[in-house]
Amino acid sequence: MKISIKRASGFVEYDVDLLNATLLEALSSIKTTQDNSLAFSSGCRSSVCGSCSMRVNEKEVLACAYKVQEGDVVEPLKNVAVIRDLVVNMDKALETNKRARTWLQTYKKEVKLTDEDEKTNALQSDCILCGSCYSACPVYAVNEEFLGPFALTGVWKYMSDKREGSPEEKIDTIQTNGVWDCTLCNECTLVCPQSISSKADIEKLRMRSTMAGHTDPSFSQNFGSGFDSGFGYDGSPVF
Amino acid sequence: MKTDVLIIGAGGAGLTAALAAKDSGVEVCVITKEYPSRSQTCMAQGGMNAALGNVSPDSIDDHIQNTLKSAHGEANEDAVHYMCSEAPNAVKWLDEIGVCFSRTPDGKIAQRKLGGASAPRACYAQDYTGLKILHTLYERCLKKDVEMLSDRYLLDLLTKEDGSVCGALILNIRSGELEHHFAKSVVLASGGYSRIYDKYSTNSTASTGDGIAAASRVGAKLLGMEFVQFHPTGLKNSSILISESARGEGGYLLNSKGERFVNELAPRDEVSRAINEQILAGEEIFLDIRHLGEAFIDENLPQERKLAVLYENVDPVKDLIPIKAVAHYTMGGIEVDNKSQTSVNGLFACGECANHKVHGANRLGGNSLLEIVVFGREAGKSAANYTFCDEKCQNDFALKKVPNFLEASKEFTKEIDFYEKREYVGELFYKKVGIIRKESELMEAQKEIRLLKEKLPQMGVQDSFKVFNTNLVEFIEFRNILDVCEAVVESALARKESCGAHFMVEE
Repeated sequence: MKISIKRASGFVEYDVDLLNATLLEALSSIKTTQDNSLAFSSGCRSSVCGSCSMRVNEKEVLACAYKVQEGDVVEPLKNVAVIRDLVVNMDKALETNKRARTWLQTYKKEVKLTDEDEKTNALQSDCILCGSCYSACPVYAVNEEFLGPFALTGVWKYMSDKREGSPEEKIDTIQTNGVWDCTLCNECTLVCPQSISSKADIEKLRMRSTMAGHTDPSFSQNFGSGFDSGFGYDGSPVF
Repeated sequence: MKTDVLIIGAGGAGLTAALAAKDSGVEVCVITKEYPSRSQTCMAQGGMNAALGNVSPDSIDDHIQNTLKSAHGEANEDAVHYMCSEAPNAVKWLDEIGVCFSRTPDGKIAQRKLGGASAPRACYAQDYTGLKILHTLYERCLKKDVEMLSDRYLLDLLTKEDGSVCGALILNIRSGELEHHFAKSVVLASGGYSRIYDKYSTNSTASTGDGIAAASRVGAKLLGMEFVQFHPTGLKNSSILISESARGEGGYLLNSKGERFVNELAPRDEVSRAINEQILAGEEIFLDIRHLGEAFIDENLPQERKLAVLYENVDPVKDLIPIKAVAHYTMGGIEVDNKSQTSVNGLFACGECANHKVHGANRLGGNSLLEIVVFGREAGKSAANYTFCDEKCQNDFALKKVPNFLEASKEFTKEIDFYEKREYVGELFYKKVGIIRKESELMEAQKEIRLLKEKLPQMGVQDSFKVFNTNLVEFIEFRNILDVCEAVVESALARKESCGAHFMVEE
């Protein structure tokens, strides 16, 4: 079968003689038998390390979890710098975790989690940081300062954890370039290999933000500071 | 580049070591050839042992006894005692930094029984225990401002004239440039060597024993390299792991005749040998979980179902899953004492690349995640302490000049394709240095490996591009694979009697 791979020089077509193979198996076969210079990342081969995320026919996939098809067009992730061929630089995207403070800030000793509590954020903690959601996100595409889907899911993971002693501290860090910048387009959900919905997590974070006294800055912009929205034109609070 | 403690490897062991060193008040830098969230640790599913007795009565003493039994006399009792006694603290610490362990209805950390354990002892986080521990450690490192550098590959350790380690020579994979990373002490946390078996391994493609090979090149002693654990249920075509929990939950092993031939819950080495024996007798072997039912499988073994469909085109709900036993974990590694100090000054090691003498000849399921946390912390503390206490490491970094493999390899002739040889080595070792071993076959394998080492200058790197040259990285990995293979077969030959995972048969 023929597949086309985007490289520095443009699209290159390869003929792969494999039946029922994953894209990762096809790439490994090309690399070891046809073209040693093809660059891609891989690791566990079982969808848990997040190394081999890329795009096939304009949709984000893990190469190890995608069955390669005749005519597939393979490209690197979007919205992150391409280092070479299918390899991208994830540093900037991963930095959003730090800016969003995706960690347990204060451990609440007296809390006892039950099996029900555990389910609250079991899905969010399945995230493998593959970056598919950043590639699909139209907001991150135009604003690198946007905290982005997996970082915001990470915030919700800890905010919803009863062990977190200072959940409200996290709220402040996600007001600018955070929850209100998301357009709720749901692209992140559609591409997530772990079936996580960052969009849904962002909605929950919005609700918690509102409860903590924050407002959607675009709302206050639309209606002006004359309304009692609490925010001025530039998004800063007015008193 | 200069730091106090340089940590090589960003899996569970490396990140725990980094946090411990940072807490001791030193400067820390972690480097990894991947990203911190992509290491082998993320693949651990089963759990992490600690005698908490949350589900049924258990004791630290039982944990110690089970571990020693599995180790077949090759473990150090003090080390095992320390690890098992520290286990409840280690789990408590992980819980406090936010690991999402599964819970019991009454709010305790849930535990399940793994092979060789006398009680349900493995704390788990659904079937993503390693992933969730690793990511929580990574996030903790973000919180603590630990410097982590990705796409940096260890070429060699840097030593001074007196032989002590003072840093590492690193290939920046992104730029293709060499970097000298100087440090007062170095912690290797670079993982095991199961990938010497190439496609006969459940492991990530990154488990090529880089740190072990580099340590051995500067004179560090290795220990127990012959001990390789084979997991009974790798998928037949891809060697992807089907977790032991499939058998724990009641799965059967069948041969082509549909007969069960072994107690499925016997220790891994025993089950692997039984499977191997059947395969050599011409049988195909299958894992059968059909009787567990679709609802149960989807609730308890979802990853297993997904992987079987993807890689073998079988649906475990209605089909048998073809399997074979494949390399899964390497007990051997760099010899360290209870403080994670290797035989070389300034060099510490933890995780699968180290041999802390707790697994001996066979590792118990659930003890590796435990080991990386308990001894990762020890290694980090010891490496930090070394920077305070040892006068020698305070001196300037006067390097001993050694030939650099990267430079040398530029002259290599590229007549022989190393990818072909890498596959060949995997086949050779699976057949001759694998589940069962014979002296004559070990000697054949040794001869082959030595021959290949001689032929390295006829291999080489086809891709001449500097930026992200994975052809180059994989060639250096292959060099390490050969070094490690030589050490494995040498230790195997030195041990004439069967012991745990090292199983010798008479000619």
